[in-house]
Amino acid sequence: MTLPLILYRSLRQHALSTLVTAGSIALAVGLLMVVWMVKAQSQRAFVETSTGFDAVLGARGSRLQLVLNAIFHLEASPGNITAADFEQIRRHPAVKAAIPLAVGDNYRGYRIVGTVESLFTQVEYARGRRYAVQPGGRVFAGAAHEALVGSFAAERLGLRVGDTFQPYHGLVFDPSHQHEEIYTVVGILEPTNTPADRVLWIPLAGIQNMKGHDPKFATDLSAVLLQLRTPQAGFMLDMMYNRQGNRLTFAYPVGAIIADLFGKIGWFDRVLALVAYLVAFVAAGSVLASIYASMSARRRDLAILRALGARRHTLFAAVVTEAAVIGALGAVAGFIVYGALLTGVARIIRAQTGVAIDVLAWHPVLWVAPLAMIALCALGGIIPALKAYRVPVAETLAPTS
Amino acid sequence: MLTITDLRKSFPSPEAGGRPVEIVSVAHFALGAGEQVALRGESGSGKTTFLNLIAGLLAADSGRIEFDGTNLVALGEAARDRLRAERMGYIFQTFNLLQGFTVLENVVLGMSFGGGRVDRAHARSLLERVGLGSRLQHFPRQLSTGQQQRVAVARALANRPRLVLADEPTGNLDRRRGQEALALIREACAEAGAALLLVSHDPEVLGQFSPVRDFTELNRPAAPSAT
Repeated sequence: MTLPLILYRSLRQHALSTLVTAGSIALAVGLLMVVWMVKAQSQRAFVETSTGFDAVLGARGSRLQLVLNAIFHLEASPGNITAADFEQIRRHPAVKAAIPLAVGDNYRGYRIVGTVESLFTQVEYARGRRYAVQPGGRVFAGAAHEALVGSFAAERLGLRVGDTFQPYHGLVFDPSHQHEEIYTVVGILEPTNTPADRVLWIPLAGIQNMKGHDPKFATDLSAVLLQLRTPQAGFMLDMMYNRQGNRLTFAYPVGAIIADLFGKIGWFDRVLALVAYLVAFVAAGSVLASIYASMSARRRDLAILRALGARRHTLFAAVVTEAAVIGALGAVAGFIVYGALLTGVARIIRAQTGVAIDVLAWHPVLWVAPLAMIALCALGGIIPALKAYRVPVAETLAPTS
Repeated sequence: MLTITDLRKSFPSPEAGGRPVEIVSVAHFALGAGEQVALRGESGSGKTTFLNLIAGLLAADSGRIEFDGTNLVALGEAARDRLRAERMGYIFQTFNLLQGFTVLENVVLGMSFGGGRVDRAHARSLLERVGLGSRLQHFPRQLSTGQQQRVAVARALANRPRLVLADEPTGNLDRRRGQEALALIREACAEAGAALLLVSHDPEVLGQFSPVRDFTELNRPAAPSAT
């Protein structure tokens, strides 16, 4: 019980510096874990979010832009494709399902996407999961001025079944560009934790025939979401559209294109990780500095303990353990920082991309980061511990007489 | 129980250009079990160094310190620490209590570094014996100087020592409190069966002891050699 008693009293005696140091460690550990979790989870979520489709067909341009636009409802559409192009791909024997999309309008910043009913009745947006409409609602019908609203958009816009809204032109909200048409909300989607939650879905013809849109392009589409019968079909269509043709872009496979995006922005992850490492080292340094700074004041206590028979290595162990305990206190508090930070970050990511980050998900960094921080703090305790080890007892306690 | 033979200790001295100057040179000194002896000596005569050598806080240059059949001079630092923790008590002039620990914890720590069991009941009974039974959870700063010295006495006896070393134990107390503390130390040591070796330069303290040995006669360090 001696070591715990010495530790407890020492921490109590230096309570303020203990708290401040543990606080800085909590920030460091929390930040480290958040950086890793956001990186790992967002990457996984983006790569896995194909919303049930294998490929996207769109106008000639960047595959990434096409995927971001059609799957994640981010970025602008690279251009339009004709109804004939859609019919051609829809009838292709390698294609299991083709869902047309038309974009170009918003309601208070939330995208309005025109599509067909079968997206919600026949497609699995994830393995074994179909879209579901909340009780009291239904999917829009045919060419009616009806809307099915994603759960997140409905919550943010305060829309309920029976409410009406007037779309705004363009993908960016501009109050001066309101369309005349009035749409009625006929259903709210159950949450899917996919980008679909941020969209107001209306019939395809709704976007195509919206007043103010050029009638010449009334049958055009922004993109086609595709389910393929076999992976080989993807490579065949890739050859057909991307290598041999020059009008359209076939983005396949969706996951690999997003993974490629993360590969390109990998430097950003590395910078974040570097910042987190630096914060961790600074925090461990603060343990060293705070204990080291208190060593002069503790010198006499250490000498008294030695006079009572405490061995040098006992005092060395006490100081190293104290540093580790401060690290452990910080690591435990780090989970509070982690929870608060990740909740905030997850909310922002969800609002911006529709991708859901699970705050309670497990990842090895959740034990590696706290343990590494405790070890780093213990390591930082070695220098003051050496000072404790070397305290000259007779010299410190009494002048020679 | 304690026999010292040809004990020598030198320290490098700035006045001697960094060369070692002998501080302690004791040809012979003996203390029997349960005996109480006072050493008279002026400041700077090497009394504290002598006690520190016996306690094993300092390593001797040469000679023998036979304590209960063990020669401390031949032991390494860790073994001396263990011997001190198990069989010696030390009372300092400045009490040297741990300010961040309660009165009871200070005494408990006095028995914590030996091989034996920590006996909190014994620590409590010692504090009751020195009249501090109602101050167990107080911190040293909450006590008077006399009370602090009593805690130091209880702590020195916590490990049931065979030998108690007391270095000017009344030096920081007024006359009345000094007398009380001295009486307490002597009684407590007698009750515990511990030998007591006390050093002081205070005639009033020394007057209560028999025998009193003159440390300046006992200690004959070599004069610093001229450069």
